Amino acid sequence: MTPLLEIKKVSRFFGGLAAVMDVSFQVNQGEIVGLIGPNGAGKTTLFNVINGFYKPSRGDVFFKGKRISGLKPHQICRLGIARTFQVVKPLQRMTVLDNVVASAYLRAKSKKEAVSKAIDILHFTDLYEERDKLSKGLPLGMRKRLEIARALATEPEMLLLDESFAGLNPAELDRSIEIIKKIRDSGITILIIEHHMKVIMSISDRIVVLNYGEKIAEGTPEEVGNNPLVIEAYLGEAASA
Amino acid sequence: MKRYAPYIILLVLALLPFLGLSTYMMHIIILMIMWAVIGMAWNLLGGYCGQVSFGHAAFFGVGAYTAGIIYFKLGVSAWWGLPLSVLVVAVEGVIIGFICLRLRGPFFALATLAMGEVLRVTAENLRDFTQGTLGILIKERTWVEKIWYYYIILAIAVLSYVVVKKVIESKLGYYFVAIREDQDAAESLGINTTLYKTIALVISAVLTGLAGAFYTNYMGYIDPEVVFALHDISIITIMIVMVGGVATYWGPAVGAGIMVLLAEWIRSLPRIGTAHQTLFGILLILIIIFLPNGIVGDFSKIKRALAMRRKLDTTT
Repeated sequence: MTPLLEIKKVSRFFGGLAAVMDVSFQVNQGEIVGLIGPNGAGKTTLFNVINGFYKPSRGDVFFKGKRISGLKPHQICRLGIARTFQVVKPLQRMTVLDNVVASAYLRAKSKKEAVSKAIDILHFTDLYEERDKLSKGLPLGMRKRLEIARALATEPEMLLLDESFAGLNPAELDRSIEIIKKIRDSGITILIIEHHMKVIMSISDRIVVLNYGEKIAEGTPEEVGNNPLVIEAYLGEAASA
Repeated sequence: MKRYAPYIILLVLALLPFLGLSTYMMHIIILMIMWAVIGMAWNLLGGYCGQVSFGHAAFFGVGAYTAGIIYFKLGVSAWWGLPLSVLVVAVEGVIIGFICLRLRGPFFALATLAMGEVLRVTAENLRDFTQGTLGILIKERTWVEKIWYYYIILAIAVLSYVVVKKVIESKLGYYFVAIREDQDAAESLGINTTLYKTIALVISAVLTGLAGAFYTNYMGYIDPEVVFALHDISIITIMIVMVGGVATYWGPAVGAGIMVLLAEWIRSLPRIGTAHQTLFGILLILIIIFLPNGIVGDFSKIKRALAMRRKLDTTT
């Protein structure tokens, strides 16, 4: 079986700096894979490479066996990869509903279909009550969920979540974890960047660890948690901080 | 009531010429409607899609010259310039879009500004084709009466209003606003931003070009200084939309009405008249500070301010 997403020896340089160096891993259908690493490890850069904002300097990305590196972000989204942003990018002067409608149009044939799809997704992500508010005024937790809602509206097969939990209070955290699990149960594969260890350990099937742009470990949460390299990367950072 | 407002306004406008207005008043009203068309066109690209153009004279001028050149070179009626300008300006829009739309924000604005100027200088120097600064004179006026010109520009305005409204309420409208709010987010939501920005630009350009072709027929004389003017076309267009209300359906029409009246009024003042652009500049600054969403966009704010005044008046 070909993996859903395959990252093959991907490197990305900015000038002389290697933000991502020779990283390879696979994500299989139906999994939740966590991508972790200290700040500046290259996680978001890797997302930008998968999503098409950056072309890899070396290496290739395959989605369902098809090479996608080099395509534009909107083409990659059409193929079935949606993403959220670490720094949330809501369409500010649009209502919550319109935000989701705009992305539902990718696969909806009529306005009616786009709106009804958007309303379903707002129910699913617990945002229905806020549908008529301008997204500018939403609190952070809701804006993070709006990012997820918008990504879901494009009906992806794979979802890239970039720190969807950062800055949430414990109540919001539980709600978001529930939503992620519901998304997985609906058959969408998830690759997630997260700093919140408890969250990542509890929801991931597998974890990939990056440090200084290189992959230093990969495995189940227990394996990764006991890996000396990983402990050093994190504790080393803590000790020098 | 609100649903019927457009029809009521249309009815009033359709009956307006029967009020027996003077030729001068008719002229002013025709200009207002023409500017409303250009404002609505600009608003589609600048207001909804967020691509602020400082070069709409490029489209107005090419529309105007399309009408002028077919009359002067081919000897056909300049009215054929209306349908033909749609074609010519659409092609121009695609080309200018291809060049300018790869730039964002202020860089796009500056590139369009340059485009307008490039076309003005080109029109001045391609003397065999455009008559250069001599301009083109339409020797036979179609009508002496203003009434037919009035109905033609009114029809163009209704067309523009309907086109803009239909576009904004469709998928295109959602995409335009998404691009305005965040181009990267829009792109990653599967929106082909380059394609949709080009669509917005071409529709906007074509409507502006129609107004230009009408202008040639109506005024009977064009030259590059007038129809490719940076301050008198490109900048005034932006002011009309800013004053009326960016990204509102009626803002450009309201802005056009106010700006045309204001221009006529200021010009008629002794001495101050020549400084009308200075006064426009001051007005723009005041609008940006106090009514950033324009008169239509900030209408509730104006109403509140007026209500407060009345309250103060009654209590004292």
